[in-house]
Amino acid sequence: MTGRVLADDRRVDVALSEQTRVEISRQKERYPSARSAILPALWAVQHELGYLAPAGMEEVARILDLAPSEVQAVATFYSMYFQKPGGRHTVMVCVNVACALRGADDVVAYLERALGCPSGRTTADGMFTWQSTIECLGACGYAPMMQVDHRFYENLTPAKIDAILDRVAGEAGDDGHATMQAVAMPKAPPSVAPPPAEAEGPPSDARMPGTVKGESVPGQKRRRRGRPEGNDL
Amino acid sequence: MAEYKLLTQHIGADGLQTRAGYERLGGYQGLREVFRRFTPEQFIEQVKLSGLRGRGGAGFPTGTKWSFLPKDVFPRYLCCNADESEPACFKDRYLIDENPHQLIEGVLIAAYALQVHHAFIYIRGEYHDQRLLLERCVEEAGGAGYIGRNILGSGFDCEVIVHGGAGAYICGEETALIDSLEGYRGQPRLKPPFPALKGLYGKPTVVNNVETLSNLPHIVLRGGDWFKGIGTERSTGTRVWCVSGHIERPGCYEMENGRPIRELLEEEAGGVWQGRRLKAFQPGGGSMQVLLPEHLDLPLDMDAVMKAGSSLGAGAMMFMDETTCMVNVSMRLVDFYHHESCGKCVPCREGTYFESDLMHRLEAGTCKPEELATLSDICDNMNGKCFCPLGDTATWFVMSAYQAFREEFEAHCGAGGCPVRGGARTAALVGAS
Ligand SMILES: Cc1cc2nc3c(=O)[nH]c(=O)nc-3n(C[C@H](O)[C@H](O)[C@H](O)COP(=O)(O)O)c2cc1C
Ligand code: FES
Repeated sequence: MTGRVLADDRRVDVALSEQTRVEISRQKERYPSARSAILPALWAVQHELGYLAPAGMEEVARILDLAPSEVQAVATFYSMYFQKPGGRHTVMVCVNVACALRGADDVVAYLERALGCPSGRTTADGMFTWQSTIECLGACGYAPMMQVDHRFYENLTPAKIDAILDRVAGEAGDDGHATMQAVAMPKAPPSVAPPPAEAEGPPSDARMPGTVKGESVPGQKRRRRGRPEGNDL
Repeated sequence: MAEYKLLTQHIGADGLQTRAGYERLGGYQGLREVFRRFTPEQFIEQVKLSGLRGRGGAGFPTGTKWSFLPKDVFPRYLCCNADESEPACFKDRYLIDENPHQLIEGVLIAAYALQVHHAFIYIRGEYHDQRLLLERCVEEAGGAGYIGRNILGSGFDCEVIVHGGAGAYICGEETALIDSLEGYRGQPRLKPPFPALKGLYGKPTVVNNVETLSNLPHIVLRGGDWFKGIGTERSTGTRVWCVSGHIERPGCYEMENGRPIRELLEEEAGGVWQGRRLKAFQPGGGSMQVLLPEHLDLPLDMDAVMKAGSSLGAGAMMFMDETTCMVNVSMRLVDFYHHESCGKCVPCREGTYFESDLMHRLEAGTCKPEELATLSDICDNMNGKCFCPLGDTATWFVMSAYQAFREEFEAHCGAGGCPVRGGARTAALVGAS
C-alpha cells in the first residue's frame, strides 16, 4: 500500500508553526519510546499543512531524532497521509461490497457529475478532492457512505449528498471543521488554531457522524440514539 | 434460551458516553471488584473458566492467551485492537461510539490481570471521532482515579494511551499492529516468537479486540461460571453482529451465541429487502467463505460454521439478494486485498495483483474460459503460502464463490459484459433517477 498521491501536484512551501512543534514534542512524551510518536506527529503536520510537505517531515525527524528517510518510509505506507496538496476538503466514497450492495457505484457516478471531475481529481475551484476507495471504512451497516475530511456521512441519497457538499463548501475557512488538508485554498489565517484535540472536533451541533443536522436515519434500530450532552470534545 | 444483552444492554441510556452516566448504570464496579475479589492469577482463571474467545477474528481463548505471558518478565504491554478494517465489520466502532467507558474499564481489568502498566488502544485513523471520544473518556476516567497511579487505592498503576492509525488494514494483524505502534511501516512479523513472548518493544504483549475486552467487566461481576452458561459450550457469551447488505434493517445486533443465523436475518435485521430472495451470505467479514440459504439454520457457533466451510470471524453477516453478481462481489473483495497487501511477501503481493487483474477482466466479460483454471492456480499458490493470513484470506471468498456459483463464473467468460441482472450496479442508489 502506498501513500495516496493526489492528482493535483501543486506544491506549496511551508514551515511548521511553533504550535505544531510543541504538539509533536508533547506526543513524544506520551510513549515509552519516542519513535512511537511518528504517526501522531505526522497527523499534526498534515492537520496544519494539509499534506506531508517535505519540510514538515524533516521537522518530525528532527524532533523525534530520526533520519528523514525513516520518517518518509513510514509516511508513505499509510493511505491517509497525503504526499501532495489537494483540495480544501477531501471526499472518500467507500466502494467495498457492503456499500456496493446498497448503491455505492451510484454515489460515485453522482459525485462525478456533481463535482465535475473524475475520481482522484480536484474540483476546478479547489474546494474538493474526491475519490472512491475500496477500503471498507467501517460504516457498512449505514451504507452507502462517504467520508468528508474526518467525518462520516451515511445512508446517502442524492439530496443528502447535495446538502452535505453545500454545507461543507460553506464551511471553508471555518477551522471548526475537521479538514485533513487546508493549504491549497486561501483560508482564514491559521494563526490561532486551537490545540488539535479541539481543533479537530467538529462543531457540537453536528456531533453525529452520518446524519445531516435535523435529518433522521431511517430504519436504524438501536443506533446512535440520543448522544447525550457533555459529549462535546 | 434466555435472551442476553450484555455489551449493548445500556446503549441509548442518557449520558452513557460520560463517566457519570456510565457509573450510574453500574459502570466501573467491575474494576473496583476485580481488585477486591481476585488476584491477577485468580482473574485469569475466571476468564479461562468463562470460555471467552477472542472477538477479533481468530477466536482464540482469551484466558489461555493471557497465560502464555512468561512469569517475571516486565514490563509487559496490552494493546487493544481497535483497528477494525475487515470489510463488513463495524461493531467495534459501535461499541466505542455507544459505550466507550465499558471498553476502558475492560482494558484496565485486563491490564490488572496481566500486570501491565502501559495499555494502548490502537484505533484506525478513519475512526477520528471515536479516537477523540476515547481520549476524552480516558481523561475523565483518569480524573476519577480509574487510571494512573494507585488506582482506587489498590496499589496498581496503569496508563492508557489512545493511538490513532493512518489507514492500513494490515495493522489489524497483531504483529503489524505492534510494528505500527513502534513507529514503523505496519508489516507483520514472523511468528514465533509470538507477541506473548516478544511483542511491543520486545516485551511480552497481549493484543485483544475491543469486543473481547468489553466483556471483562461483566465477567468480573458475575463470574466465569455464569458467563459460560450463556451461548454454546465452545462459543460462550454473546456477540455483537454487524449485519449489512440487502436487508431491511442493517446495523449492529447483539445476540447470544447458538441462536440460528436465520433469527439474526429475519427477526433482527427484518429479512431480505424488497421482498427478494436470499442468494448468498458472507459470515465473519470480507475474508470468509460464502454460505448459501441452506446454511441459514446453522447456529451462531464458531465450530458449527467452521464445519460448514466458513467462519464467524469478526462477527459480520453480509447478506446478498438474488440480483447480486457473485463475480462482482468477488472482484471487489480481491481488489480490497490487492490494495491492502503490505508488500512484504511475494505470494500475496504478486498473487493479489494477478487475481485482481483476472477478476476485472472476468467481470468485464473478456476472460477466456480456460482462464478460470488460472484463477484457481493463482489462489492455490497463495493460500497457505503467504507470510500472514492476509494473503491466504484474499483467496477464500473468491474460491468458495467459484465453487458454489461455477456456472455464473463460466457465464462471464467471453460474455462481453456482466451477464447477471444488476451487473456491476448491484443496487440502485435509493432515490437516484
Ligand atoms: C490481516 C488481518 C487483519 C486483522 N484485523 C483485525 C482487526 O482489525 N481487529 C482485530 O481485533 N483483530 C484483527 N485481526 C486479528 C488479530 O491479529 C488478533 O488475532 C486479534 O486482535 C486478537 O484479539 P482477540 O484474541 O481478542 O480476538 C486481524 C488479523 C489479520 C491476519
Ligand atoms: S463496505 Fe463501505 S463502509 Fe464497509
